[in-house]
Amino acid sequence: MALIETSGLTRTFRTKRGPVHAVRGIDLTVPAGEILGFLGPNGAGKTTTLRMLTTLLPPTGGTARVVGCDLAADPGAVRRRIGYVAQSSGVDPHTSVLEELVTQARLYRLSKADALARAEELLHDLDLTELAERRTGALSGGQRRRLDIAMALTHRPALLFLDEPTTGLDPRSRAELWQLVRRLRDEHGTTVFLTTHYLDEADALADRIVVVDRGVISAEGTPTALKARYGSSAGATLQDAFLAITGHDFTAETVPRPTRSRV
Amino acid sequence: MSAAVIPLAPQADPPRSSLTADTALIFSRYARQTLRSRYQMVFGVLQPLLYLVFFGPLLTGIHLGSTGSSWQVLVPGLLLQLSLFGSAFTGFSIIIEKNHGIVERMRVTPVSRLALLLGRVLRDACLFVTQGVLLVLAALAMGLHAPLPGVLIGFAFVGLLTLSLASLSYAVALNVDRPQEYGPLVNAFTMPSMLLSGLMLPMTLAPGWLNALSHLVPFRYLVDAMRDAYLGHYATPAVLEGAAVALALAALSLTIGTRVFRKAGA
Repeated sequence: MALIETSGLTRTFRTKRGPVHAVRGIDLTVPAGEILGFLGPNGAGKTTTLRMLTTLLPPTGGTARVVGCDLAADPGAVRRRIGYVAQSSGVDPHTSVLEELVTQARLYRLSKADALARAEELLHDLDLTELAERRTGALSGGQRRRLDIAMALTHRPALLFLDEPTTGLDPRSRAELWQLVRRLRDEHGTTVFLTTHYLDEADALADRIVVVDRGVISAEGTPTALKARYGSSAGATLQDAFLAITGHDFTAETVPRPTRSRV
Repeated sequence: MSAAVIPLAPQADPPRSSLTADTALIFSRYARQTLRSRYQMVFGVLQPLLYLVFFGPLLTGIHLGSTGSSWQVLVPGLLLQLSLFGSAFTGFSIIIEKNHGIVERMRVTPVSRLALLLGRVLRDACLFVTQGVLLVLAALAMGLHAPLPGVLIGFAFVGLLTLSLASLSYAVALNVDRPQEYGPLVNAFTMPSMLLSGLMLPMTLAPGWLNALSHLVPFRYLVDAMRDAYLGHYATPAVLEGAAVALALAALSLTIGTRVFRKAGA
């Protein structure tokens, strides 16, 4: 079963200078249990695509089914079935970790008791139990990212959208998040739609990579296949392949440097 | 990180949301935030209280075009001033939330867009009605005499005005990126509104052109209605007009606010 199926997905923005075609007909199929790396240079249309698939932005053309629900006809059903971790944390810095988790679970209609039980379960599983009463504003970058993922899992979604989840994290926190994402897929079959600026991350995590450029899919395949097809030598990296596909120096153009201080 | 199992089996049929439950949930989240902030509760009421203490006594004994006392003219105006300034500035909080990504996270949940707005503005209405109660208690100590039904009707107007203005405030703020841009925008709206609606003194005292101009400001009808209610006159044309304007304004503002919440960040 495919958890994402799009056909001719399009988004055009009307501006004073005329229409801007941010996404120009994307056909995409993501089978259940896959980790899909969705890559592209700045302005390629990857964020717009992700925002459409998460119901934050209505498409102006094409069709899409997400977790079996029609995106345009029933966005509410899509929202009940997906989890979303945005680039910015999305938690109130003055609220405790436990309170944020319980409230998030309640937003998905869990009863108070179930929400508390689910929150405690996630705190334990994501190694956040000792931080339950801490204000989220006092968490480290890696801890806050784990909380973000826990928030996205409160309702047990079959499909998880991760929008540049490790930007700004230190190497150890990145490695822990990679491990968590693999666990979600390997142990529970969660399908993951991942956008990232880090090609090593896409290489390490993604079963398949889709490269978008100027609003269309310009290449797709497994990391190994892309490197073999677009790399100029036997030891080609995903960076080499990306450069060949888009003509953009991905790292120089877009990669924010990992730091400990920013999430 | 723990090696324990994260139970992730997808729910067969995730439950649907209900507007009442969603609104109650959003309301309780923001009410808890407000209760944590003692400064917001106390200092919010300070400005109208200062008017009451330092401006109110100046009006004692002056004929204000009303059969009642000067307090019955001033206090309804101060209550609406509290609501006008307080709710117009509520948008600041949502700019901060938007920049933290909180608005976007909530918009990806199945909670209805109307509930996302209603929960917030109901919290604001409760806050300003509570502050209004404090103001009326202080006014009673200073010499206000008003019938209880009239005072309660006044609180209803404060609640409705807060619903309206807070909805519009959030709607505008969702389209503004920085608090620095939002402040001047709100000031440009609130000051003329206050002056033209006769919150401090009845517009019947104004020259004809100013009185006529003030009829274009919806708050004028609310304050006239509240002043009648404070005199114990409940079925007057002014009260009915005020109620109609307040309800229409609330319906329009909530509709606009919900639409903006649906599209926010798009």
